[in-house]
Amino acid sequence: MSGLVLLIPVALAMGFAGLAAFIWAVRAGQFDDPDGAATRILISPDLPLAEKPD
Amino acid sequence: MNTLAADPVGCPGGPAPPSHTDAGDPAPFVRRVGKENRLSLSVRGAKCGACLSRIESAVAALPGVTSARLNLSSGRLDVSWSGELPAVRISDAVASIGYGAAPLGTNASDTAHKKEEQSLLLAMGVAGFATANIMLLSVSVWGGHGEMGEATRQGLHAVSGIIALPTLLFSGRPFFSSAWSVLQRRQTNMDVPISLALVLAFSVSVTETIRGGEHAYFDAACMLLFFLLIGRFLDARVRRRAYSAARDLAALASRTVTRISEGGTYASVRSEEILPGDRILLAPGERAVVNMLIETGASEVDESLVTGESLPRFSEPGMHLMAGSINLSQPLTGKATAASSDSLLSDISRMLEAGEQKRSAYRRIADRAVSLYVPVVHSTALLTFLGWWLSGLGLRESILIAVSTLIITCPCALALAAPVVQVVAAGRLFRGGAYLKSGDALERIAACDHIIFDKTGTLTLGTPRLLAENLPAGLIDHAAQLARASRHPLSRALTIAAGPGPIAAKVQEHPGLGLEGNVNGTGCRLGSAQWAGANATGHKGATLFFARGNDVPVELRFEDDLQSDAASTIARLRKLGLGVEIVSGDRAEAVAEVARSLGVPQWTAAASPQEKVQRLEQLQTEGRQVLMVGDGLNDAGALALAHASAAPGGALDISQSASDAVYSGGLAALPLLVRTARKARLVMLQNFAFAAAYNLVAVPIAVLGHATPLVAAIAMSGSSIIVCLNALRLNIAAEKPA
Repeated sequence: MSGLVLLIPVALAMGFAGLAAFIWAVRAGQFDDPDGAATRILISPDLPLAEKPD
Repeated sequence: MNTLAADPVGCPGGPAPPSHTDAGDPAPFVRRVGKENRLSLSVRGAKCGACLSRIESAVAALPGVTSARLNLSSGRLDVSWSGELPAVRISDAVASIGYGAAPLGTNASDTAHKKEEQSLLLAMGVAGFATANIMLLSVSVWGGHGEMGEATRQGLHAVSGIIALPTLLFSGRPFFSSAWSVLQRRQTNMDVPISLALVLAFSVSVTETIRGGEHAYFDAACMLLFFLLIGRFLDARVRRRAYSAARDLAALASRTVTRISEGGTYASVRSEEILPGDRILLAPGERAVVNMLIETGASEVDESLVTGESLPRFSEPGMHLMAGSINLSQPLTGKATAASSDSLLSDISRMLEAGEQKRSAYRRIADRAVSLYVPVVHSTALLTFLGWWLSGLGLRESILIAVSTLIITCPCALALAAPVVQVVAAGRLFRGGAYLKSGDALERIAACDHIIFDKTGTLTLGTPRLLAENLPAGLIDHAAQLARASRHPLSRALTIAAGPGPIAAKVQEHPGLGLEGNVNGTGCRLGSAQWAGANATGHKGATLFFARGNDVPVELRFEDDLQSDAASTIARLRKLGLGVEIVSGDRAEAVAEVARSLGVPQWTAAASPQEKVQRLEQLQTEGRQVLMVGDGLNDAGALALAHASAAPGGALDISQSASDAVYSGGLAALPLLVRTARKARLVMLQNFAFAAAYNLVAVPIAVLGHATPLVAAIAMSGSSIIVCLNALRLNIAAEKPA
């Protein structure tokens, strides 16, 4: 019984952490452009190859 | 103009870019925030990551630009910059790499739609969190049945209730507010039984928990909410896509116009600000936004979007120019004869609105299912309660059984049945090159039994091609030296046939007649028969004559080629049981030729936009459901009115906005569209049939009082999963070649 008193709040807190992250993501516009986000990761800047400094 | 701009490229992997016209100067749409200037553009034709990076880097390379970000899902490009960079350079930068760009005004309802979608997503997330956590507790209650102490069970129920209450208040709002507003109007919808079930389930569970009873339905209430919100969110997303298409139409109308003030200064203003009587400059390449009377200048005007006529018309002072025409060769000035809200473009948007209203009268299969469903569920629950109560069971037990009936019959499967199918079908069509614009488009396309094609640009390529056989060698090269200086569609066709090369010296364009210039020291003329000094011949298509010095003029013949897959597409559409017909605004000979080569017996030529609409209405009174396929401004009214419609990806924005689906990669997408739509309707009906069958089994169990929370949880999630899996079947079946 005493285990439950500890474990249920821990489980709920973990759930809340996930929920808070989700709410932040929605508010921050992470879901605004699903198509763009999927392709943006593939875009790398076309910079000239730099020589490695020795 | 003596150089020919490089042809715009557009999306490297996608459809041809939309026909580019000059959208005017976006300067009036620039907003100033602090020291920064901001501008939003609606970008057309961006489809992939390569487009995204090309557009963003092209704009970011302009001096002073601090940020350029394109939203690939909505096509909105937000740019902010500081300094003196003129706004027109930004839209030019986008246009020069082959994408359409039109300035976007700030739009209140756009943000409202976005807010709605976002709040549904949040509500869904919260409900999902609550469902998972309450289920965690509920499973322990069910698993500990008979062994768990009463105090522990009560404690777990209490924790569940504490999670469920804020969830219900937060995530249940969309349902409660909608139910409340229809009840005030003394009507009913799906949200009424949903809200009733949620509220009753929660309050019964609270009393059970306080009493220390065995069953609490907190998990069922939250799970119900979660599943329903998934359906609601998918639906809202599909609708917002459709809405952003309508917003593009607004962007088209919010073009700018160059107004000439009385003092002779030129200023670019929004088209809404133009009043009848204002003097306007129409530069070459620009599209007229208001109807105007030409005062000075003479030019070739492309009216193909207004009338469907594929060849440009010569316009001179005293002639009227319709909004939607594109000026091809020389600058024109004129007087606005109507405000932009009274111009043809607006007439067409009104036709669109009328069509939309007619269309919104269409009742979706889901709505029809709901209207049958609601009274049945209500009366079943009520009868259950009365039955048990009158037969001597206590009030509390009777209510508990009635509530479990209400929960178990609640429409998880019904709410998911249609949206999931729509999302799966839209994804499948997307891979096949067709983009769906509205949620109920699938249902309407599936019902069509007749298809009407526009000719120019839909069945044909829409651009003339030079018939180069039997022409003397070197002639094309010489003629092209003149043609490269002109924007006339026939000149362009000639240029394409000749490839890159020099431009003749001293080329002059005489609107309505032709071109004149010096090729290798010889005076040459390219243009109409009269201009080149020849007699007209009997060629049915478009012709040009080329005269070198005093030689006999040579006739150059042009043809508008059929799309390569037109014939096979029409055969396949026939096989699907559709009647095929061509209705075009072009000349009778041109239409007859196409109809003959495609084997389509039914065709109408020289049809005005109104006549197209009339033909549709006639077919509708005959009881046929028409799928309209067209690309021009003259088709927009018909596209909006037809039972369903599709436009090619290269079509004018307004036509794309008016249609239910936009396809790219050729006509072959049409049979796929029809097949997928029919299949989707079948799967949707299966889903509804399944939901009904599920209730036939579940209701007796619930009415007899055997629906414990465990049974309810299994039944609800099981039926929802089956409905989703059935929708996914659409994907597998459609992948097989037909």
